[in-house]
Amino acid sequence: MQELQTTLDDALKSFAAITDAVELENAKARYLGKEGSLTGLLKGLGKLSAEERPAAGARINQVKQQIEAALQARRESIQLDALQVKLAAESLDVTLPGRNSSVGGLHPVTRTLERIETLFHSIGYDVAEGPEIENDFYNFTALNIPEDHPARAMHDTFYIDEQHVLRTHTSPIQIRYMQAHMEKYKHLDAMPDIRIIAPGRVYRVDSDATHSPMFHQVEGLWVGERVSFADLKGVIADFLQNYFETKDMQVRFRPSFFPFTEPSAEMDMSWKGGWLEIGGCGMVHPNVLRHVGIDSEKYIGFAFGMGVERLAMLRYGVNDLRLFFENDVQFLKQFN
Amino acid sequence: MQFSESWLRSLVNPSLSSDELSHLLTMAGLEVEEMKPIAAAFDKVVVAQVLTKEKHPDADRLNVLSVDVGLAEPLNIVCGAGNVTVGMKAPCALVGAKLPGIEIKQAKVRGIASFGMMCSEKELGLAEESAGLMVLDVDATVGQSIREHLDLDDYLFTLKLTPNRCDCLSLNGIAREVAALTGTAMASLPAATFTQAGSQNRIVKVTASSACPRYSGRVISGVNANAQTPAWMVKRLERCGLRSISALVDVTNYVLLELGQPLHAFDLNKLNGGIEVRFARAGERLKLLNEQTVDLQDDMLVIADAKAPVALAGVMGGADSAVDDATTDIFLESAFFAPDVIVGKSRRLGFSSDSSYRFERGVDFATTVSALERATQLILDICGGQAGAVSEVTGELPVRHPVKLRTSRVHRVLGIALPSEQIAQILSRLGMDFQKDGEDFSVTPPSYRFDIEIEEDLIEEVARVHGYENIQPAPIQARMSILPRNESQRPLAKLLQAMVVRDYQETINYAFVDAAWERDLCGNSAPITLKNPIASQMSVMRTSLLGGLLESLRTNLSRKQTRVRLFEVGGCFSKSANGYVQHERLAGLAYGGAQAEQWGVPSRNVDFYDVKGDIEALFSPLSLAFKALPHTASHPGKSANILLDGKEVGWIGELHPQWQQQYDLQNPPVWFEVDMSALIGVAVPKVTGISRVPLVRRDIAVLVDEGVPLDTLLTAMRGAKAPYVEDIGLFDVYRGKGVEQGKKSLAFRVLLQDTQKTLTESEIEPSIAILVDVLNKNGAQLRS
Repeated sequence: MQELQTTLDDALKSFAAITDAVELENAKARYLGKEGSLTGLLKGLGKLSAEERPAAGARINQVKQQIEAALQARRESIQLDALQVKLAAESLDVTLPGRNSSVGGLHPVTRTLERIETLFHSIGYDVAEGPEIENDFYNFTALNIPEDHPARAMHDTFYIDEQHVLRTHTSPIQIRYMQAHMEKYKHLDAMPDIRIIAPGRVYRVDSDATHSPMFHQVEGLWVGERVSFADLKGVIADFLQNYFETKDMQVRFRPSFFPFTEPSAEMDMSWKGGWLEIGGCGMVHPNVLRHVGIDSEKYIGFAFGMGVERLAMLRYGVNDLRLFFENDVQFLKQFN
Repeated sequence: MQFSESWLRSLVNPSLSSDELSHLLTMAGLEVEEMKPIAAAFDKVVVAQVLTKEKHPDADRLNVLSVDVGLAEPLNIVCGAGNVTVGMKAPCALVGAKLPGIEIKQAKVRGIASFGMMCSEKELGLAEESAGLMVLDVDATVGQSIREHLDLDDYLFTLKLTPNRCDCLSLNGIAREVAALTGTAMASLPAATFTQAGSQNRIVKVTASSACPRYSGRVISGVNANAQTPAWMVKRLERCGLRSISALVDVTNYVLLELGQPLHAFDLNKLNGGIEVRFARAGERLKLLNEQTVDLQDDMLVIADAKAPVALAGVMGGADSAVDDATTDIFLESAFFAPDVIVGKSRRLGFSSDSSYRFERGVDFATTVSALERATQLILDICGGQAGAVSEVTGELPVRHPVKLRTSRVHRVLGIALPSEQIAQILSRLGMDFQKDGEDFSVTPPSYRFDIEIEEDLIEEVARVHGYENIQPAPIQARMSILPRNESQRPLAKLLQAMVVRDYQETINYAFVDAAWERDLCGNSAPITLKNPIASQMSVMRTSLLGGLLESLRTNLSRKQTRVRLFEVGGCFSKSANGYVQHERLAGLAYGGAQAEQWGVPSRNVDFYDVKGDIEALFSPLSLAFKALPHTASHPGKSANILLDGKEVGWIGELHPQWQQQYDLQNPPVWFEVDMSALIGVAVPKVTGISRVPLVRRDIAVLVDEGVPLDTLLTAMRGAKAPYVEDIGLFDVYRGKGVEQGKKSLAFRVLLQDTQKTLTESEIEPSIAILVDVLNKNGAQLRS
């Protein structure tokens, strides 16, 4: 039996020393193979008496199992080591850049417009659009600006022909929308409220550091039975505070003149200790409502218009209007 | 409108600081655009008189003066001015005075002690340049602060007046407004004290009586046209931006500024016979005061004598009847011309005058005579002479109709509950006549207000005087319903985002472009042209976005960019039978590397198929067809028309080498342009059952002539409707070894599937045979 213990000790010792899979299988043969020492001991059982045989056989089998278990454990361990070596060799430099990761971006004016639309959408404003080559009626007459009125001189207009201009403001969209709205709901006793914003390009004959011959405005309009100047102030203040994400924003309205609103106001907002003009607004002039067939006694509306580039400049710290139309990607990419 | 604060304060003087006054005006709708002091801040400068003058012993150009500054003892002052004389009065900065950029100290000048500095206008910051000392009036009080003497503690206010507030185009009008806003009383102007003495008169006939509802005038004879305009008047004129010209002209300008009534003085002896106010006749011409000779049109109102027009009414006087140094007798005109008759005339002639500016907006028709009296008094005071009787013709003056104002409407429009008593008070302060009937008013606006016609005009007045600032913003309240969102329309933002993800940078270019771009890139020789472009290269409306993208590309290349990918969404414009049409388009342009330069992908230039892929991704799930077709802007062999459901929706192409060279581009950009309308519509998904049965794949490789487009083969195969075929795709194109010149090898992947069962070879084979057969019919041979 001493021999059995020695065999076990030998096997465990030699397995532990082996790191190669083939060598391990060779070692296995020494103990468990046909010529193996343990196999030899099993063969020797025959020489023992019938009484001794079962106990001796059991002991040998126990040692055999121990050796087989040790062998299996060693196999797995060698395999695992090999895998680890292989995996280690396959390691990447994870800091190398990924492929084809470059993406473009939106123009800051588009970004600003999307933001404005989202904010107004949250209070039920839809988006309306209109043509940039407008006729005289929509750009001026329907907005209560008759021919030769001094107010026309306030608009430095690009003319296409006698009847057509490049729209000088987004206000004509109001007219077109109200007309369509009236047509759509003419069968009802009371029309639903009109709540739209109308963004778009507008054109003025003016070009210097602070004026571009083409720029963007966003027009807003709310017409309903219960709409007041106080509501106008509420909407504008709410919008500007949310647009600039500050509750400290002060909004100031001061009397002004636009032929299509009465009362009219300029909107100023507090900025760096002073006031900054942000757009014009007012209650829709009854003549304008009448032009589109809305009963101005029953319905009241307010309208406002803001310069989109101005809002973008203030929000993002752009100090030169011309940057918006140069399309230098070094500028544009800062908004990506 | 520019004016001096001190003049205004002589008419109404509320207890407000200059800044408060400015704020008051701005918040009442008379926006103060600029407010600047007359003189820089300085002190300790007084009126001084030179008592003696001696040459400086050690300097030829210097004098040593003894100067009376109102102190017990005269001061010794060294002075280098060339115009200094004994007895003259000039400003003297005393020791300790701080002038713009210099502090006066007691000093020795070439060995002689000097106790101050005699000053020029430049040294006081009153002029850019000056030669010698500032010469003061002989009657100036010695020792008086120069700021007080010259009224330098004054501000110049510039108002940006809106076209409706013509009543504020005078000092009197602004004062009236300030009085209404603050409740301060106005000072009354000095009353006329002269007596009519002259016997001369002129017959006035107003033929165009609705154009000139009131015409008043008088003869003043025996005036001294060379009289000196008093300094106080010159100063006020200058501070309102008017130069002193001659006493007679200065008085008319002064009254214009003071009362807002344009006046005109004719030289009586240059007039032939009576005065007639009429419209011009065909062929009449008039040389105006600005030396411009005008061909008069029959809608232009003129003042004529018996022979010819002598003034363009309400706009400008004629040169031939103008007053000059030799004038002794004048005819002074003060009239009211209807705004709609004057409007637009001076603009048509290319200038604006103070007179036309006011008449086209509206001048107070009730004050023509009082303005005439005021001007007469000033002329008699300054130039002497005798005033004749006033000739006046009055026709139908504008009527101020009463306007209804309901307190309830004020509440509804403004959103504040203003008591009717407060409304009444506001109306009174504004000089409005009204009758109150319960809570409602019937309001008659004054003759100087041309902007009060409807109830809303009065509501604005009420809000203005109450203060817009005192109307509290209301929280948003509305009856809401869900805004419809059409799922079969893709939102613009999503399409923009698709371009962004494909690595394009959005740009915004002008919609007016260079006519050459339209001609070269679009073959458009008759674009929509602006009548008044801002520059020749921005003179026509674009029919394509390509020109702008190329221009932006060039800008970026000039700033050392090497890979540029741009897009724009915007309007393109064309003529139509009944006007103009605007098409919204999306265009893209890719230049330089197909990908940004990187370690893991070999560099190559962007090509047609890269951009085609971008377009297909943009349109997905819509599928497009591409038809080879030349475009003016593109390489003829690398140009295609983009079709959606057989309809043309855009173009793709590589820029024509000719334009590449002309625009100085190292590599050819690939561009495309598509209609936005084609991109918007997509079907709402409608799901069909999905099969659990495995797909079977078979590959077919064929040889075909180079000239056969892939689309021909794909369309033929798809059209064959072979059973079980779910999808056919191209997975390889091969040219070279094993393929003869002029041919290409195409390899197709065919996916087959049945919804119920796994396909057997005997079911697959016939389908593949059908496909091979149609390929054969289209000139493609199966590769062995």
